[in-house]
Amino acid sequence: MRAAWRRLMRQRLNAWALGFLAALIVLCVVGPWLSPYDQAQQNLALKATSPGASHWFGTDPLGRDMLTRILHGGRVSLEVGLLATAVAAIIGVFYGMISGLAGGRTDSAMMRIVDILYAFPFINFVILLMVIVGREFWLIFVAIGAVEWLTMARVVRGQVLALKNLEFVTAARASGAGFWHIVWKHLLPNVSGQVIIYASLTVPGVMLLEAALSFLGLGIQPPDASWGVLIREGAGSMEAYPWLLLYPGLFFSTTLLALNLLGDGLRDAFDPKSMSQH
Amino acid sequence: MIRFIVSRFVQGIIVIFAVITITFALSQMVPGGAIRTERNITEEARKAQEEYYGLNKPWYVQLGLQFKHYATLDLPESYHYKGRGVDEIIASGFPVSAAVGGAALLIALAVGVPLGALAALRPNTMEDRASTLAATLGICTPSMVLGPLIAMLFGLQLRWFNASGWFDSSDWVLPALTLGIIYSAYIARLTRGSLRETLAQEFVRTARAKGASESSVVFFHAMKLASLPVLNFLGPAAAGLLTGSFIVETVFQLPGLGQFFIATATNGDHQLTIAISVFYAALIVTFNLLVDILQAMLNPRIRLQA
Repeated sequence: MRAAWRRLMRQRLNAWALGFLAALIVLCVVGPWLSPYDQAQQNLALKATSPGASHWFGTDPLGRDMLTRILHGGRVSLEVGLLATAVAAIIGVFYGMISGLAGGRTDSAMMRIVDILYAFPFINFVILLMVIVGREFWLIFVAIGAVEWLTMARVVRGQVLALKNLEFVTAARASGAGFWHIVWKHLLPNVSGQVIIYASLTVPGVMLLEAALSFLGLGIQPPDASWGVLIREGAGSMEAYPWLLLYPGLFFSTTLLALNLLGDGLRDAFDPKSMSQH
Repeated sequence: MIRFIVSRFVQGIIVIFAVITITFALSQMVPGGAIRTERNITEEARKAQEEYYGLNKPWYVQLGLQFKHYATLDLPESYHYKGRGVDEIIASGFPVSAAVGGAALLIALAVGVPLGALAALRPNTMEDRASTLAATLGICTPSMVLGPLIAMLFGLQLRWFNASGWFDSSDWVLPALTLGIIYSAYIARLTRGSLRETLAQEFVRTARAKGASESSVVFFHAMKLASLPVLNFLGPAAAGLLTGSFIVETVFQLPGLGQFFIATATNGDHQLTIAISVFYAALIVTFNLLVDILQAMLNPRIRLQA
């Protein structure tokens, strides 16, 4: 673990990406609280003012401060990204672990189900789910997480298959370790590296999906804001007030960039063999 | 090979019926519903419609009715667009999505493959870094940001194309460009990674040793194998592109399938919701099968297993 961390930090780009994300998280948590404005507080006298000293990123047509809204929206987007990934990781690890440990017919049946699920038009299901649950915040990440676990399950199953017949597991079993002890103490720690890699690669995908739903008007509902909501509002008035699209878009793209760099960096750090591809 | 295709075909049919079941179950939960909420309709007309769609029957009869529709390919009428079969509506939306998606796919391949190959052939040079940077930026720019920017630049500022709508014969250009740029970034990254890996393999050295020219080594020997991960990505991606990206159709206000789907999901047109989902699933299954067959043809080491 420590060696992996050192390998990760050796690449300057990875350190920058991690630093950016840490700063962003702090800003999104603390920023809306420090800001003199409230993200939903309207001031119709201001209308859409361009960026300036009192409103660094300008205001939207309802006079709401854009910087506050972007930070608040970032908090929502990051929350959805992390929680949905956690849901996906939990389902994927359980499913993959059971499949890999069971082996034989159960394993091939479970993996056949995953194959079949890969061919599902999930975006349609998610859109229907969002129409049904009427935009409940917590259901957004459950819905997204419920469709993003397939790759995780495959990865974990592959790892478990490779691990379960290794000597150290046999030795633990021979010395009388119970089933759960082996899962908890020997298998989980050894798959955790792969799980972290795939989770970090899942986060940007999940954030994109949330933004897409919000952009279509099916995700986070105004006056609450996520980056998808802000980009939707900005795209609607981009000709007159381009900063309403540019700033949220810039924040979102930079975050996706940092998350992608970090995901690639983690893969290289945990799995030095894959370095040859880069 | 034939066993493989038959087994995948059976699997595809399972997928289709599972999709019908899930979409049916989900659409039962959608609040409202086209017929229940409709006004200005006589009691008899309502009865007749409920009879036609089987809405007065228990849910399992309704689901059975859906299965029958798709098993016999005798597709029902939409609730919302009266008198039009769901297949007619799909046939009106799909060409729009397919035109944009097909053009985007060509753009993505024409830009992505050379960009990735260039980077792989000259590792760690300026060309490599520039192309990798371009690809990374492309991946990190979501279509909901890129689309409006492209519409603003080429539509509103330069006025080369319409910023939105589907009126002129050139209206496919901007949406196809948006999707094409994003997908070309993915393809470039995949091409670079897999071509570099392939060029390091033994058989490439053998080809060089027997005196094959550099271009023949790259294009005939290495590219054949290196295109496998790209193909793997293209299967689902092509299905998604052809059926239309929901975002891009919204940004450019195209009357494609994605727009129909969002409208039907919201207004409770269950028949059309199920039909479009089934159509998507059928395309995904078909493309995945095509990709598997192509891969087996390109790489003799892949054995198709039923």
